[in-house]
Amino acid sequence: MPPDKRSMTPLTLSAYTLVTANGRGIGAVSRSLRDRRTGLRPCNFEDALLKTYIGRVDGLEDFSLGNGLAPFDCRNNRLAWLALQQDGFMVAVAEAKQRYGSDRIAVVMGTSTSGILETEHAYAQRNPRTDWLGDDFTARYRYTHNMFSSGHFVRACLGLHGPALVISTACSSSAKVFATAARYLQAGLCDAAIVGGVDSLCLTTLYGFSALQLLSAQPCRPCDEDRDGLSLGEAAGYALLESSANVGRKGAVALLGYGESTDGHHMSQPHPEGLGAIRAIQQSLERAGLVPSDIDYVNLHGTATKANDLVEDKAVHQVFGSAPVVSSTKGWTGHTLGAAGITEALMTAICLKEAFVPGTLHCERVDPALKSRVIRNNEARPIRLAVSNIFGFGGNNCSLVLGVL
Amino acid sequence: MKVGILGVGLLSAGLDGWLKGRAVLAGTSSYRPGSVPEPESSLLPANERRRSSDAVRWALHVADEAVRHSGLHAQELATVFASSGGEMAVLDQLCRALTTPDRAVSPTLFHQSVHNTAAGYWGIATGCQQSSTALSSYDDSSALGLLEAVAYATVEERPVLFVAYDLPSPPPLDCARPIRSAFAAALVMTPSASGAPVHADLTLATHTKAEISGMEDQTLEELRRGNPAARLLPLLHALAQPGTHRASLNVLDDQRLIVEIES
Repeated sequence: MPPDKRSMTPLTLSAYTLVTANGRGIGAVSRSLRDRRTGLRPCNFEDALLKTYIGRVDGLEDFSLGNGLAPFDCRNNRLAWLALQQDGFMVAVAEAKQRYGSDRIAVVMGTSTSGILETEHAYAQRNPRTDWLGDDFTARYRYTHNMFSSGHFVRACLGLHGPALVISTACSSSAKVFATAARYLQAGLCDAAIVGGVDSLCLTTLYGFSALQLLSAQPCRPCDEDRDGLSLGEAAGYALLESSANVGRKGAVALLGYGESTDGHHMSQPHPEGLGAIRAIQQSLERAGLVPSDIDYVNLHGTATKANDLVEDKAVHQVFGSAPVVSSTKGWTGHTLGAAGITEALMTAICLKEAFVPGTLHCERVDPALKSRVIRNNEARPIRLAVSNIFGFGGNNCSLVLGVL
Repeated sequence: MKVGILGVGLLSAGLDGWLKGRAVLAGTSSYRPGSVPEPESSLLPANERRRSSDAVRWALHVADEAVRHSGLHAQELATVFASSGGEMAVLDQLCRALTTPDRAVSPTLFHQSVHNTAAGYWGIATGCQQSSTALSSYDDSSALGLLEAVAYATVEERPVLFVAYDLPSPPPLDCARPIRSAFAAALVMTPSASGAPVHADLTLATHTKAEISGMEDQTLEELRRGNPAARLLPLLHALAQPGTHRASLNVLDDQRLIVEIES
């Protein structure tokens, strides 16, 4: 198919790393996928008395950020820091700095709730008479809860001096970072970009999703006929994106296309026919210069709520029919909200590199109402081209096309 | 990156709409901040209007003004919404609710707490299904938002609506994030500068000696410094007068976004 004017130069993921409840680093996450070992456990977060399961990352309470990073110390940035230490990511960024210069590398992060847990704690401990939130919280709000905190933190940790921003479009946040970085690269605003996402457990999302009656009392069961809601999780991940014209080594995973849309329908419910989702998927294929039949695997948003999985299936089936295998990986990690985009893009990268597809964990019987080819068991199969879908609050949708160069 | 500017929206005390605000910024009428204007929110359905935050209403007010002046239809426009803290008033209510014994969080309040609440309501109000991005870069949120919007228009070759808004934080968060007064502004931009009455040429400059543009009027300068969205004032000042003018916006202390306006 000839490239149309909207097609893009593939962007190599020249380094990437991920921390989820399943483990620290790509190797650990990959093993948990192969072993079908979930990271979900009964909710034991702080004193939250909710009958639900959570994908909690171990060890975040066991250290704090010190020295120059002390003002940034909070659960969200500890998780962000932990992920920076895995898979030689910092070394890869240092090398990129040598190649391009620290002002030519952009930082584009995604999160939904940033470090809100700090503010929750400060409110719980506020002076009952004056409402004063405390000197320490007040001085560090900028570095913890403000929406830019994780972007500021990552830029500081990596010693970068280029443009930096945090995209916060609820669950689609760290999928959209790829689109923004691709535009930056094409417009010449930078030569490489760190894209990433981080979201950590907090009472706001636990009690908020509980109020929306969207939390399952069991580990979430995407695409199962008896699915009854999602499990929340936390994660952090990053990718170093560079033009494949500069670093086009054969066999590397690359971003080939992206599609972004909105439903224009409702703040917390998807469009009933999945129109926004269809638009995002189709746009991502167009940008990659591909047709639906080129795609081997679709990593679903697959949150395990009744509505999401049904509507997403309509959209996926409408675009792809039942040719590609599809699955959701939320049964491993839970829904990591603003980090879901990077989490699932990198899980898709693992599938592309390691020639296997994870079957949908905890899905006992595929909902007969779903028409796509949902797989329950892991399958060893080489895949060349895959799509990762993320849809979020505000009807905000993003689809990414990833492939092997 | 070159874009055309087709419409402007503006709302702040003493800068009530682009028509009046432009005269103030061009120096043909004097700046009298006075009382805080009330945003027009007829765009939202009645039930949503009642429930929506001030931040949403301020953002939608300027978005609507810019789109009306642009001659384009809202459904054609991708959107970029930039705000340092987004829904600070909603977050205050949520955090208060979480300190009550039963932690009863209102589901409506929860879905209105996301950073893309204003962007989401704009889509619902206009039926727009284009790409929509909500972002933050602390004090430089409006510069990074402008950069995102212009990069979108240039690379995707589509028109875009850019909205910057920040409101004073409610107590007790006002001590942690003091924002002095409310400010919102919007621009509708097209990829091709030809045909547009106003052109903008943007450069992201490193190792530059370009100083960050300020406002000559001391009160306007205080407004600029006191609200992240108001950091756009030098750009609006350049837009307010005919001829060629330049505004230099801070990008995280290391770079400058230099905007040349020609009208």
